[in-house]
Amino acid sequence: MIVAALAMARLRNLFGVVIIGSIYSFLMALALFMLDAADVSMTEAAVGAGVSTVLLLGTLYLTKISEAPPMRFSVAPLAASIVTGCVLLYGVSGLPEYGDPKSPIHMHVAPDYIKGVLPQTGVPNAVTAVLASYRGYDTLGETTVIFTAGLGVLLLLAGLRKERTRKRERRS
Amino acid sequence: MMHREVIPRVVVKLLLPFILLFGLYVQFHGELGPGGGFQAGVIIAAAVILYGIVFGLSAAKRVAPPALVHTMMPLGVLVFASVGVAGLLAGGNYLDYFVLDPDKVHGQERGIFWVEIGVLISVSGTMTSIYYAFSSRPD
Repeated sequence: MIVAALAMARLRNLFGVVIIGSIYSFLMALALFMLDAADVSMTEAAVGAGVSTVLLLGTLYLTKISEAPPMRFSVAPLAASIVTGCVLLYGVSGLPEYGDPKSPIHMHVAPDYIKGVLPQTGVPNAVTAVLASYRGYDTLGETTVIFTAGLGVLLLLAGLRKERTRKRERRS
Repeated sequence: MMHREVIPRVVVKLLLPFILLFGLYVQFHGELGPGGGFQAGVIIAAAVILYGIVFGLSAAKRVAPPALVHTMMPLGVLVFASVGVAGLLAGGNYLDYFVLDPDKVHGQERGIFWVEIGVLISVSGTMTSIYYAFSSRPD
C-alpha cells in the first residue's frame, strides 16, 4: 500500500494514478477483511475500487489525461503534511492496543449490543442490527446525506452543461 | 465505447446475472451474513455501470431509465422515513420497530427489512444517476 501511495504521488499520467488508486483500494479492502470487518471491506471493494474508479475514469474522459507540471516547488504544503503525519502518529501511540478487551470502546455500550442483539431483534448480524435498529436515526441521516450529495453532483453537472451549451450558442 | 469486442461482451453477459444475484443475496442475507442495504445498492449500481461501459450508455439507459433512477434517490429516503412514521401510527416512537408487530422480535426484523430496502433504493439510484451524469455530458 505504501508503494502504491508513493507511485500515485510520483506519477504524472492520471490514468495510471486512477488504476493504482483502485489497486490501493483493493489492498485496503483486504486489510479490513483481515481485521474481521467484512461489511466495511465489502463497501471498500465495491465503492473505492469499483464505482469510484469508473467515475474517475469518466472524469478523465472529460479532461486531460496528464497532470500539468507544478508551477514551482513550494515547501509549505510538504511541511504541513509532514507535521500532520507526525501528530497523527503521535496520536496512534496513545490508542489502546488492538483487540484489548479493556479498551474504552469495549466497555461502554458494546457489551449491551452483543448481549441484546439476538433476544431483542432476532437478527444474528450485530452490525446490521446496530445500523438499522439501535442507530436508526443515524442511518436515516446517512441515507439523506447520500441523497443530498447525489443531488448536489447532478445539479453541478447540469449547471455546467447549460453553461457550455449557452457558450456554444453564442459562438455560432 | 466498446462495441466490437466480443470477449468483454460475452463475459459481462455471463457475469451480470451473478452480480445481480449477489447484490440481492447481500441485501436479503444481510441480517445473517456481512452486508446490508448500502453494499447491495452499490453492487447493483455497479452491475448497471458495467453494462453501460461494455454495451454503451444508451443500452444501460434502456435497462434503467434515467427518470426511474432519479426517482429512486428520494424514494429510498421516503421508504426509510415512512418506516419511522409507521412506528408512530402503530403507537410507538419514531423509528420504533417494536410496535410494528405483536411479536416484538418480529417487529424488529420487519423494521430492519424495510429500512434496508430504503437504503438499497436510495444508494443504487444515487450511484447510477451520478454515473449517468458523468458519462452523458457532451464533448
